[in-house]
Amino acid sequence: MTKFLQTLIDGISVGSLYALIALGYTMVYGTLKFINFAHASVFMLGAWVSYTLATAFGYTGPNLLHAFIIITLTMLICATLGFTIERLAYRPLRDAARLNVLITAIGVALLLENTSALPKIFGMQPAKMVTLLPDVRLYGIQLGAGGAAGGTVWIQLVDVLILGLSLTLMGLLQFIIFNTKLGSAMRAASHDVRTAALMGVPVDRTISITFVIGSALAAAAGFLYVMKYPGISPPANTTWALLGLKAFVAAVVGGIGNIRGAMVGGLLIGLLELFGAGYLSPHYRDAYVFALLIAVLLIRPTGIFGSTAIEKV
Amino acid sequence: MEQQADWRESKAIILLRGLLPYLICIALAYGLKLLMPVGRGTLSLGPIVITSFYTKVFGGIGIAIIMAVSLNIVNGYTGQFSLGHAGFMAVGAYVSSWITYYGSLYRFDSAAMKAEFWSEGSLLFLGALLAGGAMAAVFGYLVGLPSLRLRGDYLAIVTLGFGEIVRVFLQQSSPVLGDMDEVKEASWKELLTGVGGALGFDGVPKYSSIFWIWVFALITVVVAYRLKESIHGRAFISIRENEIAAEAMGVPTTKYKVRAFVLAAFFAGIGGGLFAHDLGNVINPREMNFVKSIDFVIMVVLGGMGSISGAVLAATGLTILPEALREFAAYRMIVYALLLIIVMVLRPQGLFGIREIWELPPLNRLVRRARGKGGAP
Repeated sequence: MTKFLQTLIDGISVGSLYALIALGYTMVYGTLKFINFAHASVFMLGAWVSYTLATAFGYTGPNLLHAFIIITLTMLICATLGFTIERLAYRPLRDAARLNVLITAIGVALLLENTSALPKIFGMQPAKMVTLLPDVRLYGIQLGAGGAAGGTVWIQLVDVLILGLSLTLMGLLQFIIFNTKLGSAMRAASHDVRTAALMGVPVDRTISITFVIGSALAAAAGFLYVMKYPGISPPANTTWALLGLKAFVAAVVGGIGNIRGAMVGGLLIGLLELFGAGYLSPHYRDAYVFALLIAVLLIRPTGIFGSTAIEKV
Repeated sequence: MEQQADWRESKAIILLRGLLPYLICIALAYGLKLLMPVGRGTLSLGPIVITSFYTKVFGGIGIAIIMAVSLNIVNGYTGQFSLGHAGFMAVGAYVSSWITYYGSLYRFDSAAMKAEFWSEGSLLFLGALLAGGAMAAVFGYLVGLPSLRLRGDYLAIVTLGFGEIVRVFLQQSSPVLGDMDEVKEASWKELLTGVGGALGFDGVPKYSSIFWIWVFALITVVVAYRLKESIHGRAFISIRENEIAAEAMGVPTTKYKVRAFVLAAFFAGIGGGLFAHDLGNVINPREMNFVKSIDFVIMVVLGGMGSISGAVLAATGLTILPEALREFAAYRMIVYALLLIIVMVLRPQGLFGIREIWELPPLNRLVRRARGKGGAP
């Protein structure tokens, strides 16, 4: 039972990170209809930028204010990066075939990864993130008599913050998309770019903002990821691309182009991965996710929330 | 009186005409084998001294050509985007290595290579290669059928996932069994999965010679070229150009997409088998990941999507380049990435587009002039 609860907590926390990344994929796919492979690299940069900033500012101990500064700066930097990528690489290809955009996205991802792996930038060595969030146990769930075998499962501040922050950001996004003028523009552009342009929607600006928001969310996910798992893999490591892929799978499982789908899909993937690793075999944790993807594509290619009245972003 | 049948129309001649390119492939590859030095031998052509290092690079080029040209059938002709070519390569590599390794143990009592050029060992190797290709094709069918029914880029993500699943499973396989005694003691499961796990499959007899690599490279090129000019190739290209229009013209699009995919997987499996049996390569699950798949995609994209000579040239260039620029290894991928982006932005169809090198403007004129002289009126 202890193991079950612990896995559940970890699964929810990893799942909400997947959900945050999946939002970026789903928004871009909803509008431009291509898989933004570079998104995983933005997530990686989010992790590395927050590490570099924390080291540069000389932060060593837990401090919520410092954490707030770092996450804000990281989100700003990555949002700028997302804007630049869209402007330089994707906008010239707005009318090109989708295959070309897809290949360009891979090119951008490779470029970001390998440039950051240069010795003068982030290098090829793994790093260890300082703990910025205090290691506070918020709530203990007492199980049974609470013997020597650790009958208490602790809910930690990190997990609560990850879930809380993800939910807040997603709520904010939901609000922007369904209650603001910008959101209507995004929905219009995702429905039909050309018609939206004819109706006076500033399509280019809207798409830029989509990228900015998506990259900022990925950066937040990167920061939270290194808070939960302080050992940072080197930039060119396949870990990052794999995490990004799993997030994309989350978007597909939830129904691509759908925001609530991304959230549910992310949580589902996180839980599947951690329960599979905990109860079946830890060696096949990547395989479970992709097996789920193939199963979803076979049974319900539109994903859980994808239906005839699809809400695209 | 019976009408005299034209001898050129007889069945035997037609059959021969169909087979002739392949016979030429074999002859050419045999010529190459005689030309390239093996082991410590060198070959000097005036000032140029060719050592076995070049033989090794030359073999690498052949394998890259097999991979790039076969991927071109899916990415270039049919316009589907596969990112799992290394996965099929891994399937072919492991299946064929398993057959040659344990086959050699069973038949010759040792995994050492039979040194003679044409021996029982070569036959075993040939069979193993074809079996590896066939297995890769079966996997291609299983992966392709669900995802090719859907929109194009799902294939990219499913093939990527497939490659990762293959890698994860290979990493969990059991150690290689050393000799026949161990094989007899081992259980079926240990024997079937005895491919070395994360350490890689060591001890595979190194049968891949210049001859074998280039026979298959040339055959791949011939098959791809004949396919392009055939009714099937036209169907592939029509799918790439406009799937809805192709469907409306009566092309069963899903069926053709799966066909292209299975064919490409078959050749990728053979390429993998050749790679695994090449001297100096130890196949390893970590190596066969999607980064390798992307390498092949870059070759296809640079050469021109749908151009065989483009893929061949790109495969050759991108195999030689890292060897020539070893000290800049850290920058290699950056250069590749920039090349990809620049080519996509400035020349979306790739360097040659769908055309072959002799169809491009300067050479085009030459070819036409040569034909004009030869042609009668």
